[in-house]
Amino acid sequence: MAGAAVSGRLGGAPRQGAACPLVWQLATVTAIRPETPTVKTFTLTLPDWMPHRAGQHYDVRLTAPDGYQAQRSYSVASEPERTGEIDLTVERLEDGEVSTYLHDVLVPGDLVELRGPVGGYFVWEPGMGGPLLLVAGGSGVVPLMAMLRHRAARGARVPVRLLYSVRSPEQTIYAEELGHLDKTDPLLDVVYTYTRSQPKGWGGYARRIDRRMLDEVLATLDQMPLAYVCGPTLMVERTAEELVATGIPADRIRTERFGPTG
Amino acid sequence: MLDGNAAAGLLEELFGRDMTMSLSHCAHCGNQGALATSHAYVQAPGFILRCAICEAVMLRIVSTPDAYFVDARGMTNLRIPRYTA
Amino acid sequence: MEGRVPPGQYVTLGFPVLSAGPTPHTPLDEWSFSIDPQEGESTQWSWPSFQELPTQEFVVDIHCVTKWSKLDTRWEGVMIDTLLERAGLDPSDPSVQGQFGVAYCDGGYTTNIPVNDLVGGKAFVAYRFDGAPLAPEHGGPARLVVPHLYFWKSAKWIRGLRLTPVDMPGFWESLGYHNYGDPWREQRYQGD
Repeated sequence: MAGAAVSGRLGGAPRQGAACPLVWQLATVTAIRPETPTVKTFTLTLPDWMPHRAGQHYDVRLTAPDGYQAQRSYSVASEPERTGEIDLTVERLEDGEVSTYLHDVLVPGDLVELRGPVGGYFVWEPGMGGPLLLVAGGSGVVPLMAMLRHRAARGARVPVRLLYSVRSPEQTIYAEELGHLDKTDPLLDVVYTYTRSQPKGWGGYARRIDRRMLDEVLATLDQMPLAYVCGPTLMVERTAEELVATGIPADRIRTERFGPTG
Repeated sequence: MLDGNAAAGLLEELFGRDMTMSLSHCAHCGNQGALATSHAYVQAPGFILRCAICEAVMLRIVSTPDAYFVDARGMTNLRIPRYTA
Repeated sequence: MEGRVPPGQYVTLGFPVLSAGPTPHTPLDEWSFSIDPQEGESTQWSWPSFQELPTQEFVVDIHCVTKWSKLDTRWEGVMIDTLLERAGLDPSDPSVQGQFGVAYCDGGYTTNIPVNDLVGGKAFVAYRFDGAPLAPEHGGPARLVVPHLYFWKSAKWIRGLRLTPVDMPGFWESLGYHNYGDPWREQRYQGD
């Protein structure tokens, strides 16, 4: 068999898009932007950036001067078309070891150790098709926003519904951008449900996501969608169960649970 | 409590490739599912992945300064796709 | 504070919750605690009868292998000495002290401790913390507290102590953690 070419990938599948292994790298904070009173977006420039898939995340590791380490995962909010840098949108958790540091201490110019992108399950790209039903609970909107931004950057004509459950208008992340997308893209619809307090004169949903709400949103799509659900554990579990009950096959529903790891 | 997505980094560190799409077969109840959907406890002294249906421990990983300890007895098998999408 | 914090530890004012699984919620009318000797019958207590056992307040420092330490934690509970005595075992008897214990818990967690490290007031089954019933996420209804060893040995949701002739590594001990776990000798992992 001398001279025969060996085709295909032997052994494991290499990291998508590059031959580099998963390593920790030091990223530089270039911008910090508040999204809500408790949520900030951190723009980070990576020395070894590689394009991520929308929905993937990075692991962030903090090392205190005395050597103590804490590690958490944060979804990438930005689209892979923005090269060399990523946006991480992080909610400040009251007793969060890492989120409080990011919010209270970090300033532009600081370095953050991170590795990624990781995750092959909760990802979407136009090649996977649609239509899309994205269901967000609170900060679970972050990876779904990456999907929306990626979709827009690629000009993908995939119908999408974002059902976004949030406590109040003030706590809505990306409110302005979502409003703009909703207005300018006829295939995209953002449906809010404000569970604690609603905008003045609000006539829309004002309760926890339930079967009836999902049915009504699904009715605005004329095909069975790919569904992505992200948010707190209980919300994700309930929503996924209801979606299965509506007839969407389990393998067309992807879930990611957010929450404090402690 | 999180899901297997939270263990993606550690699993890739160990296996050298994304593992969230690998299918685990629970040794206790027989449920088969993507590792991404298993219930993950990631800040204990180690990583624990539990079956989403019966909560039995499927996979345990401890990282010490010079080694990984892995116990996969809770899985009858783990189906790792040869190619990722 | 000098001399109270083992090497490599950091003092915390909070009380981190670390768990290997979902928090069990055993109703008190289904709860029991058992001492299982190597020979003979087990001795079991229901929740009401457990409450009637001699209970003491313990103020101890605790040290987690993940590097946090919490000083002056206040517990109320029953000494293992008391439980062994009521089960017909003499905690001062060398042949009892030379045995090994496996603490087993709701949710399946286990940890192993030499009986010698459980007697002489060194360990207790606690059901109150900081003046209130022990919360489920911290191990309630009752947990083992063994302050002189790393806190993974202080098994949450304990349901019994089984005595064994040989040391039987538990949940973390069988996965790379140190079999004994002395924080003062920094025995975190096997081989330390």
